Amino acid sequence: MDSPKAAPTGARPLSPHLQIYRPMLSMMMSIVHRITGGALYFGTALIAIWLVAAASGPSAFATVQGIYGSIPGLLVLFFYTWALIHHALGGVRHLIWDTGHGFEPRERELLYRLTLGGSVALTLLIWTVGYLVRGGAG
Amino acid sequence: MRTPLGHVRGLGAAKAGTEHFWMQRMTAVANLPLTLLFVAVVVALSGSSHAGATAMLGSPWIAIPMLLLTLSVTFHMRIGMQVIIEDYVHDELLKPIAIMANSFFAVAVGLASVFALLKISFGV
Repeated sequence: MDSPKAAPTGARPLSPHLQIYRPMLSMMMSIVHRITGGALYFGTALIAIWLVAAASGPSAFATVQGIYGSIPGLLVLFFYTWALIHHALGGVRHLIWDTGHGFEPRERELLYRLTLGGSVALTLLIWTVGYLVRGGAG
Repeated sequence: MRTPLGHVRGLGAAKAGTEHFWMQRMTAVANLPLTLLFVAVVVALSGSSHAGATAMLGSPWIAIPMLLLTLSVTFHMRIGMQVIIEDYVHDELLKPIAIMANSFFAVAVGLASVFALLKISFGV
């Protein structure tokens, strides 16, 4: 007979999961918060590599700067920036919720829109400033 | 007397209690100002030479917050990924392996970054 600890096998009824619900902003933002967190997790290796290259010497640093400055490298860094800002703003939203505020439907929707809009706006701002700094440095 | 709590304590997916929740919040709060500084440093170093980068990263005003950020971020990401693993990996052998690999990755990234920052600070 089945032991009570056995993993569910066959056609056992399951509780409703993601595919049964109409996508809503609240659930999409929750999912995106987790996905950006996961992406940032692996992205920290890129920062560690950059720091280790800087500690290794000019030639290693130039190699890594070259890879990160290539078109695919810049694309990864651009989305890394967006993921970082989005996850940070999402974290602020969670900290607000932790105080017991911001749970009313209108407040929730506003917080989601501020997270999403803010992450896109700040990412574009950071990259614009980055290009201005680069231009200024010659 | 044995309360119902005694029957469930330690039997959740994480085998532990609310400490993770608290550490996740505390490191999140620490990450916010430190990340702002980190983004500013990376933007300032965009297209920089090796000498310029090591001069900035080796300054105590930058190196110390960067070390704090490394500590806080690697702690935050380790417990964050552990929650993801506990949510999706249910195999009783695969789960502890994934949780171990998670710790190895977080510690390796953290230690490599700390080593690099200290080496830059104390002289390449």
